Amino acid sequence: MTETVAFPQSRTCPYHPPAAYDPLRDERPLSRVTLWDGRQVWFVSGHQAARALLADQRLSTDSTHPSFPIPTERVAAVRTRRRAALLGWDDPEHNVQRRMLIPSFTVKRIEGLRPRIQATVDRLVDAMEASGPPAELVSAFALPVPSIVICDLLGVPYEDHEFFEEQSRRLLRGPTSEDTEDALARLEGYLGDLIDGKHAERGEGVLDDLVARQQRDGTPGRDELVQLASILLIAGHETTANMISLGTYTLLRHPERLAELRADPGLLPGAVEELLRFLSIADGMLRVAREDVEVGGVVIRAGEGVVFSTSLINRDSAAYADPDSLDWKRSARHHLAFGYGIHQCLGQNLARAEMEIALGTLLRRLPGLRLAAPAEEIPFKPGDTIQGMLELPVAW
Amino acid sequence: MRISIDTDVCIGAGQCALVSPEVFTQDDDGFGTVVPGRASDAGGPLVREAARSCPVRAITVEEVTA
Repeated sequence: MTETVAFPQSRTCPYHPPAAYDPLRDERPLSRVTLWDGRQVWFVSGHQAARALLADQRLSTDSTHPSFPIPTERVAAVRTRRRAALLGWDDPEHNVQRRMLIPSFTVKRIEGLRPRIQATVDRLVDAMEASGPPAELVSAFALPVPSIVICDLLGVPYEDHEFFEEQSRRLLRGPTSEDTEDALARLEGYLGDLIDGKHAERGEGVLDDLVARQQRDGTPGRDELVQLASILLIAGHETTANMISLGTYTLLRHPERLAELRADPGLLPGAVEELLRFLSIADGMLRVAREDVEVGGVVIRAGEGVVFSTSLINRDSAAYADPDSLDWKRSARHHLAFGYGIHQCLGQNLARAEMEIALGTLLRRLPGLRLAAPAEEIPFKPGDTIQGMLELPVAW
Repeated sequence: MRISIDTDVCIGAGQCALVSPEVFTQDDDGFGTVVPGRASDAGGPLVREAARSCPVRAITVEEVTA
């Protein structure tokens, strides 16, 4: 037996899968990895097996299950005791929560938000032009775009953004377990107060709609509503911010692909899909088997943990020709960057619209956009959280 | 050919409406639904692509013999 690879690993290049997973690329679709607490779990890297397993409800997302593959000690501090709303529940409970929210995230509703997203993006580029070049793109653009948009959609006052962005950062990146616990408590305290205030004076956001539903039907209860608000707010800004920063960095490191996009903006929707596949920023989906499940000739036993390496799955050569290269014209559509099965990202169409508008506008309005520091020296996030740039110094 | 969507299974991801907007849309509750008059359009390649994109496999495209 060879020694198993530890999971998760940090990337060596911010847009490629961790080099430490290279030996596992030849062991598709399943191999074994070791978690921080010494437990061995299944590691899924094959596209077809991943789709089959993620659609199989015998695999659970219950993080309080004793065999659930908790990826870090920090996450263990909050999620072994209490599950996250939506993602932490299986059906039928998950289905009840999801159905309360899907009317707010339909393709049509998101299309209707495009003019407001465009206005936000334009205002932020105006501000960058007024004070630069140079600019630090994460704080000047990549983070505020989705943060403003999700505040607007949920009914959270954007003037509180420094507070919730900081708690979100501590929740996802610590550094300590105490940070993670304290950040979740503070964020939920803040959202609880905000929601209580909406009983007296209701606005037009998704949270206001949920408060109205609570007054009418008695559900969701206050705790459930706060937990839903917390996951929508975090997922709504952290993920897209990382896609915008890492997407921009990746484009600037691939000048030929960048030139193709500038020459033909019609390629943008396909490019966003390809960047989602290529970057796979949520690189590690987690499940525990409730029953024995057979896949690709292997039996995952009841009570075994399973981690899905999104970055390797999305670069499976059986699913994508020449998977390590960027190609705007390939059909990247069946990538698993948003997951698959009942938990597939609720906000995916919002994310697509934000990325198209943010990246498209940056390229159009700042034709001389370039990195303002040596590419290899620009810091990016470690492997135990959502992937993206920590900073992105640019000029134009 | 006939297209049907199992709304008990649908999670409103909107993949069908994104991939094949001529044939699929979402109703006010967010569930995928076939655009009126398009239920017999099942022959198009995008319809099969939409069915394959559905994360919960709620779409059935079937041959109907007249």
